[in-house]
Amino acid sequence: MRKLLVYLKDYKKESVLGPLFKLLEASFELFVPLVIARIVDTGISGRDYGYVWRMGGVLLLLAGIGLVCSVTAQYFAAKAATGFAASLRHSLFSHIQSLSFTEMDKLGTAAMITRMTSDINQVQSGVNLVLRLFLRSPFIVFGAMIMAFTIDGKAALIFVVTIPLLSAVVFGIMLISIPLYRKVQAGLDRVLGRTRENLTGVRVIRAFNREDEEQEAFTAENQALTRMQMFVGRFSACMNPVTYIIVNAATVVLIRTGAVRVDNGILTQGQVIALVNYMSQILVELVKLANLIITVTKAFACADRIAGVLEFSSSLEETAAEGETDFRQEKAETGGAYIRFQHVDFSYKDAGADALTDIDFTVEKGQTVGIIGGTGSGKTTLVHLLPRFYDVSAGKVLVGGEDVRNYSLSALRHKIGIVMQKSVLFHGTVRDNLRWGIVDAGSENGINGAYEEALMWEALEIAQAKEFVEKKEGGLDFEIEQGGRNLSGGQRQRMAIARAVVRRPEILILDDSASALDFATDAALRKAVRNASRDMTVFIVSQRAASIMYADKILVLDDGKIAGQGTHEELLASCEVYQEIYYSQFERSSSAMQN
Amino acid sequence: MKEGKKSTLKKVLAHISSYKWILVISILLAAVTVALTLYFPILSGRAIDCILGPGKVDYTGWMVNEGLYSLAKKMIVVVLLTAIAQWLMNVCNNQITYQVIRDVREEAFEKIQKLPLKYIDGHSYGDVVSRIIADVDQFADGLLMGFTQLFTGVITIIGTLGFMLSINVGITLLVVILTPLSLFVAKFIATRTHDMFLLQSKTRGEQTALIDEMIGNQKVVQAYGQEDRVLGRFDEINERLEKCSLRAIFFSSLTNPCTRFVNNMVYAGVAILGACLAIGGGHATGFIAFLGGAVTVGELSCLLSYANQYTKPFNEISGVITELQNALACASRIFELIEEKPQSPEPEHPATVEHFDGSVTLEHVYFSYVPEQHLIEDFNLQVKKGERVAIVGPTGCGKTTLINLLMRFYDVNSGKICVSGTDIMEMNRSDLRDGFGMVLQETWLKTGTIRENIAMAREDATEAEVIEAAKASHAHSFIKRLPNGYDTIVSEDGDSLSQGQKQLLCIARVMLALPPMLILDEATSSIDTRTELKIQNAFAKMMQGRTSFIVAHRLSTIKEADIILVMKDGNIIEQGGHRELLAKGGFYANLYNSQFAK
Repeated sequence: MRKLLVYLKDYKKESVLGPLFKLLEASFELFVPLVIARIVDTGISGRDYGYVWRMGGVLLLLAGIGLVCSVTAQYFAAKAATGFAASLRHSLFSHIQSLSFTEMDKLGTAAMITRMTSDINQVQSGVNLVLRLFLRSPFIVFGAMIMAFTIDGKAALIFVVTIPLLSAVVFGIMLISIPLYRKVQAGLDRVLGRTRENLTGVRVIRAFNREDEEQEAFTAENQALTRMQMFVGRFSACMNPVTYIIVNAATVVLIRTGAVRVDNGILTQGQVIALVNYMSQILVELVKLANLIITVTKAFACADRIAGVLEFSSSLEETAAEGETDFRQEKAETGGAYIRFQHVDFSYKDAGADALTDIDFTVEKGQTVGIIGGTGSGKTTLVHLLPRFYDVSAGKVLVGGEDVRNYSLSALRHKIGIVMQKSVLFHGTVRDNLRWGIVDAGSENGINGAYEEALMWEALEIAQAKEFVEKKEGGLDFEIEQGGRNLSGGQRQRMAIARAVVRRPEILILDDSASALDFATDAALRKAVRNASRDMTVFIVSQRAASIMYADKILVLDDGKIAGQGTHEELLASCEVYQEIYYSQFERSSSAMQN
Repeated sequence: MKEGKKSTLKKVLAHISSYKWILVISILLAAVTVALTLYFPILSGRAIDCILGPGKVDYTGWMVNEGLYSLAKKMIVVVLLTAIAQWLMNVCNNQITYQVIRDVREEAFEKIQKLPLKYIDGHSYGDVVSRIIADVDQFADGLLMGFTQLFTGVITIIGTLGFMLSINVGITLLVVILTPLSLFVAKFIATRTHDMFLLQSKTRGEQTALIDEMIGNQKVVQAYGQEDRVLGRFDEINERLEKCSLRAIFFSSLTNPCTRFVNNMVYAGVAILGACLAIGGGHATGFIAFLGGAVTVGELSCLLSYANQYTKPFNEISGVITELQNALACASRIFELIEEKPQSPEPEHPATVEHFDGSVTLEHVYFSYVPEQHLIEDFNLQVKKGERVAIVGPTGCGKTTLINLLMRFYDVNSGKICVSGTDIMEMNRSDLRDGFGMVLQETWLKTGTIRENIAMAREDATEAEVIEAAKASHAHSFIKRLPNGYDTIVSEDGDSLSQGQKQLLCIARVMLALPPMLILDEATSSIDTRTELKIQNAFAKMMQGRTSFIVAHRLSTIKEADIILVMKDGNIIEQGGHRELLAKGGFYANLYNSQFAK
């Protein structure tokens, strides 16, 4: 939590004034019993109507000032809380954007989204509550005690005993019940998990006729949860009755002691009433404080989680200043090769084994490279090293003769168009989605509209998406729903390819991105990409031999190592792994048939 | 709408009825608690009246009927009784709430087991889960707590009024006239801030959608270097959100100070009037008599504490009513699920098949998921024992439809499907499904040990049999290497296993039962090619003598099939052997040849 306090810095004034006004309001509230005491002792005893009216006026005045103070406090607290939340949201969002793939893998998308949304909301209301109430309740509790002392020291001793006793009960019950509630929550999570599992596995469960067993298991979890809830419920139900007993027993003692003091002429009747009033104020405030602490604990937990995300920093170091290396590109040396992997090892953070071992190959500008291998053989990992989504553990990746670590990230990534396995589209028109691919898009003085449109159609044509986009209502202005729900899997993939092609990248990476396309479309796509630009270097990752067999160079990966590289014919003659893959998909066609 | 609410309420009451005695006790306890709570200030007021001044303190009751000692004893008894009643009431309420929650959840879960797949496929899991978890909680909490709060609130108001009237009519009138003011203020603020809250939640929703989309696909955002542009869009919404949040939070937080202000005015009013009446004292004449006579100081202090309490239930009740409405809305969502039409009942006299011979025939089958869109029309197919049927076609062409029909996840619209000569509609679903072994593309593991997962088909399987099945599906070697071997706990979203390993487990599951008919849905798509080769041998063995339906992408599998069903847009457009279809030169031939195109 402390780490997040920096975001309150711009709201110092509000964060001080809020509680301050709240304390002012509370102090006025503390005067009320004294005024009542005066009314009783002076007004009623002295039969002074004027005095009663004057004191009544004082009560109204106190109420009025209280209102003004309180409203002012609410305003400052709300202002500080919302401002705090807004600047925290901004920082967190931009921080998350700066994380590298390694950290994203570790944190997980769902967790980051929760941090951004519900966690920050919780913290916001926590800050708001703290500023408004956190000082107020203890202030009133102790204020009431001090006021009691000003009335009568001996009677006030009852307060000195009661307050710690009450606090012990209230906070003790809370301290014990919070972990219990956590257990209840865990039980609820189990019931939830079971329900979810039952739904996702409905076909398997029914296929294996397991409905009854599932029901039994659910009933058991559900019953366990209920038992836990009732147990915790019985316990926390003690809070109100016990505090009620303490406070009212104290009241009885107070009246009893007060009676003796009045009898001896030390106290007046009105003062006894005031003391009783103070006692009941304490109870109200302590209960409020207990509820407040529950909310604040939750907010603190959220704050800690947010701080946890903020502590992650990108493991990619940007050595070059933005833009600086833009001009150093293509001073091709390193044996003239355009792309070179030099004895690259790579392992994911916290993973035991290497994902890639001693990867070494070169690619000429304009070549098509096919990468094939089984699941988990490291195909995707390999191409992710090019745009520097991850940094190598050993060795070097060189593009245009320069280590990728010497480019600025944006300069490097602008050279590359990558289509990932999962084709992701964003809410917006086809045009908006394609604009992502265009480097200077959006800047007013960038490329003009007609040219941009031409670029887009060209890209769509290459990606075999022109036909269906034309058929959609509005063409380029067809509205794509979030996640591309209103497109089919194949259409989504082609859109994603178009987005990568539209930027006319120097390097195009297609990571298994034709899996939802039928063979014919896949082939047409490859042909179009090839014809589009002779300078573009293309990486095709696939499990299908048919997709890569015509590449200039094929890399066969097996368990993170290069098991063979060369052309289709070379590999078919020499590489055992490639043969296995190939023949599992194509029968030893003619020869086998003839036998 | 109103009718709907009424009927929901009826169903709710029906669910509570098994706990009606606890409910009655709870209500009685609530009444006792309220009455005792209200009685205490009267006693303390009387006690204060015993303390008049030096030398004028009545300990034993010589001045008034009751002295300080006896009153103090009474007060302690009242306090203890109140506490006990309150605790018991809380416990009763917990009993009702949690048990009703349990009952409704159980009922809902039971319902899920019987719902047609159509419902489950048509609703997002999140939606169904949130009904069973969040809605049930809200409904039980809101409704039962709402009822008791409403009830205690009403008793408190009536009780307070009664007690106040018994002390002084005039002051009671003052309180009764002034308090609605605070309700009015609260209502006024609530309606005024309603729009602000709407705007806030709309803006918040907008922002969440953006966060969801961008953070969810952060890798793409970075790959395209769009961070700055996205942040710009985010900030724009963020700024708007800050502004409208401030308005919503500030204006709504005015409710408390404002109602407190009104309450303080009432308090001051009672103090002034009460004090004046007290001064009037013994000679109650004229105006004072008209206002209900004089009050003592103790009575005044009692009235003041009532005045403090009196407005609270009013404020609570308005909150309770929204809560009740909310709870009813949740309840109707749950009952919607519980009352959903279950799948067609099992036949009264189910046909039993002693021994599945593996033959499957489909005669004039018509089927569609939605009436407007015809899918399968007049489909006929004869599969003999041991034959292999391959279903091919582009992704999303509805290849799983046939599986849905065979397993009776969905029922045909017309026509019939026979297994071993028996119409599957005349069989119990469980008997039919026993005859099939199924491996789906989406692997699914239940939370539990690996052993439990493999033994799903046959709980009585011995350890040796489980290991045998695992070996046959090439899962044994990786299971062995897991920290706890066959006792390792796996779960659906557990990332401890790779997709391929999960699929091996699913295959092992079927290997164990070896039913006479098999359904394999792209079962090998995420296992690497080399492992797959090994598995295919095992598969070949498993398929021997068994009728199998395979949804396949691999041409080698397809070519070995006895019957190939070619599907497109949900329809079966071609059917026959590999050569036959090639010779036909239709869709299949096209698909096959494109494999070799450059």
